[in-house]
Amino acid sequence: MDPPPGGWKAAASAGSKSAPGPDVPTAPLEALDQLWFQVSGTVCNLRCRHCFISCAPDNHSFWFMTREQVRDALEDSVELGVKEYYFTGGEPFMNHEMEAILADTLELGPATVLTNATLMPRRRARALARLAEDSLYTLEMRVSLDGITREMNDAIRGEGAFDRCVEGTAELVDAGFLPIITCMRSWPEAETEGYLEAFRTLLAGLGYHQPRIKILPPLLIGEEAKRTRGYEDTERITHEMLHGFDLGNLLCSRARLVTARGVQACPILLESPAARLGDTLAEAASKPAPLGESACFTCYLSGSICSNTGSTTGADR
Amino acid sequence: MIAAREQDGDRSETTSAPPLWRPGPFATTEVPEVRKVAAFGGIYSNHRALEVAIADATERGADLLLCLGDLGAFGPHPDRTAEILRQAEIPVVRGNYDDSIARGLDDCQCGYTDPKDNHYARISYDYTLANTSPEHRAWMGSFPDELRFRLGSLEVLAVHGSPRRMNEFLWETTTPTHFLDGLVREADADVVLGTHTGIHWSRPLGPGRWYVNAGALGRPPNDGNPEVWYAMLEEVDGELVHEFIPVSYAVEALANEMADEGLPEEFIETIRTGWWTTCLEVLPGKERSRGRH
Ligand code: SF4
Ligand code: SF4
Ligand SMILES: [Fe+2]
Repeated sequence: MDPPPGGWKAAASAGSKSAPGPDVPTAPLEALDQLWFQVSGTVCNLRCRHCFISCAPDNHSFWFMTREQVRDALEDSVELGVKEYYFTGGEPFMNHEMEAILADTLELGPATVLTNATLMPRRRARALARLAEDSLYTLEMRVSLDGITREMNDAIRGEGAFDRCVEGTAELVDAGFLPIITCMRSWPEAETEGYLEAFRTLLAGLGYHQPRIKILPPLLIGEEAKRTRGYEDTERITHEMLHGFDLGNLLCSRARLVTARGVQACPILLESPAARLGDTLAEAASKPAPLGESACFTCYLSGSICSNTGSTTGADR
Repeated sequence: MIAAREQDGDRSETTSAPPLWRPGPFATTEVPEVRKVAAFGGIYSNHRALEVAIADATERGADLLLCLGDLGAFGPHPDRTAEILRQAEIPVVRGNYDDSIARGLDDCQCGYTDPKDNHYARISYDYTLANTSPEHRAWMGSFPDELRFRLGSLEVLAVHGSPRRMNEFLWETTTPTHFLDGLVREADADVVLGTHTGIHWSRPLGPGRWYVNAGALGRPPNDGNPEVWYAMLEEVDGELVHEFIPVSYAVEALANEMADEGLPEEFIETIRTGWWTTCLEVLPGKERSRGRH
């Protein structure tokens, strides 16, 4: 699972140990605008250092969703008024039914796939472009690339990841997509303009002349934590902190995550038992999200950075 | 003629000059019928297109002209747009831009995160704020968040973004039909009319039920043609009949005014070519790939 890259690993795992007490603040679901699917479970062809749910080829703690499972949730989503559909993993294209799943989804609404683009042969890019063309709705490819050079990216995402991602991105562009390149900022903010320029140059070299680049803010973990400071295990959202705070800033106030075994409050808390809100979407939509994890503290500070830029309900809040 | 609802009840008290039009305390049931309505989306200070559109809509027999908000941004001399609207007694729904200018907020509430988009948004916002008179700012503070009226047998709710949020983007390719259906049902209306995105489109939701996005009068819809658009709506035999109408206006004259005011070359290029050059990040992939930038 890519965004939020650089992860929530420490925060999420530290948090999942704590059972939700009666004092844990909650966020009601304002509207189910975003429906997320853990469509490839925790299975990924890569093994990124910063993956917050430790996805890997051999991590089977969450298995693939079937087309049937996705269809059931899609059916429920109509009544619940869902506005956008997001697909994540792991690597969604590890799921052999991914193209069929997208075809089903695009009959109902817009779809975004969070991918590492390393499994994007020409045949697939073309097939996806045909799906996009046949739909009234947009199909967005969100590609994670964590650097402007092989060295910078592969230090995080593993050897060979840069070249394969760049090739896959070129195939998507060639097929007519305008992929959203997502990168976590690992440099001082003042240097962002320079990095953006370098990204634009790299992408122009692939024939991508209307580049969409989303730089995500760094989180106080990993290298950043050494530079500044990390979160304490004890850092949690408290009731006092929520005075005057717009809960709409939290993704869980307008999203749910469907997995192969149950529905979670948000795409960040895949593995938190407390955040498992039900077997069905309707059930999970009727319950508020408990804000007891350390990851919630991060959300509180950073806002929801998982949505597409300019997302219908995300960036403009 | 129109029922208006204000979320902040007492904004109209700040108006210094007597307003030409004031949101009245009309109950929906008492609203006289409108037969044909012209809806103008974001004006973005394009006073030249606005003047042409008012004349055009009047000639086509509209008995209500209404503006869906965002008077400023982008174009020159914001006060001219305000004067034209007040002269013509055109009711305005509050847009995010009007809200920001009226209250002197820091930005236009479009929510850009791309530094380039932000750079241009800042230029136009600062220019517009500095060049809008206090009187017009107070007037903008009196705009209602929504207007409700009857178009023949149809109940129409006019908003800026969506009934639930002033700055919600409703693009054609990111807005599912079932979602719109829910919005219209919750709004207790047959037709919801909005703008904010700058590209016109509409979707049928059942007999007599529609969502209509009027697009924008201020800026062409990223289609390589300098014409701008508004929407004309009518009820015929219980069904909504609507049309998007292109407006040709003195593009070069506007471009020259923009240049004289020192507004960015990128804005002028959009006015001249019909291709968007800024505020691109909010466009969904499908809409953006139809453009050039
Ligand atoms: S590509 Fe795979 S391993 Fe890397 S962050 Fe994404 S899901 Fe995790
Ligand atoms: S991690 Fe964030 S989105 Fe998820 S439940 Fe906590 S606050 Fe909500
Ligand atoms: Fe707007």
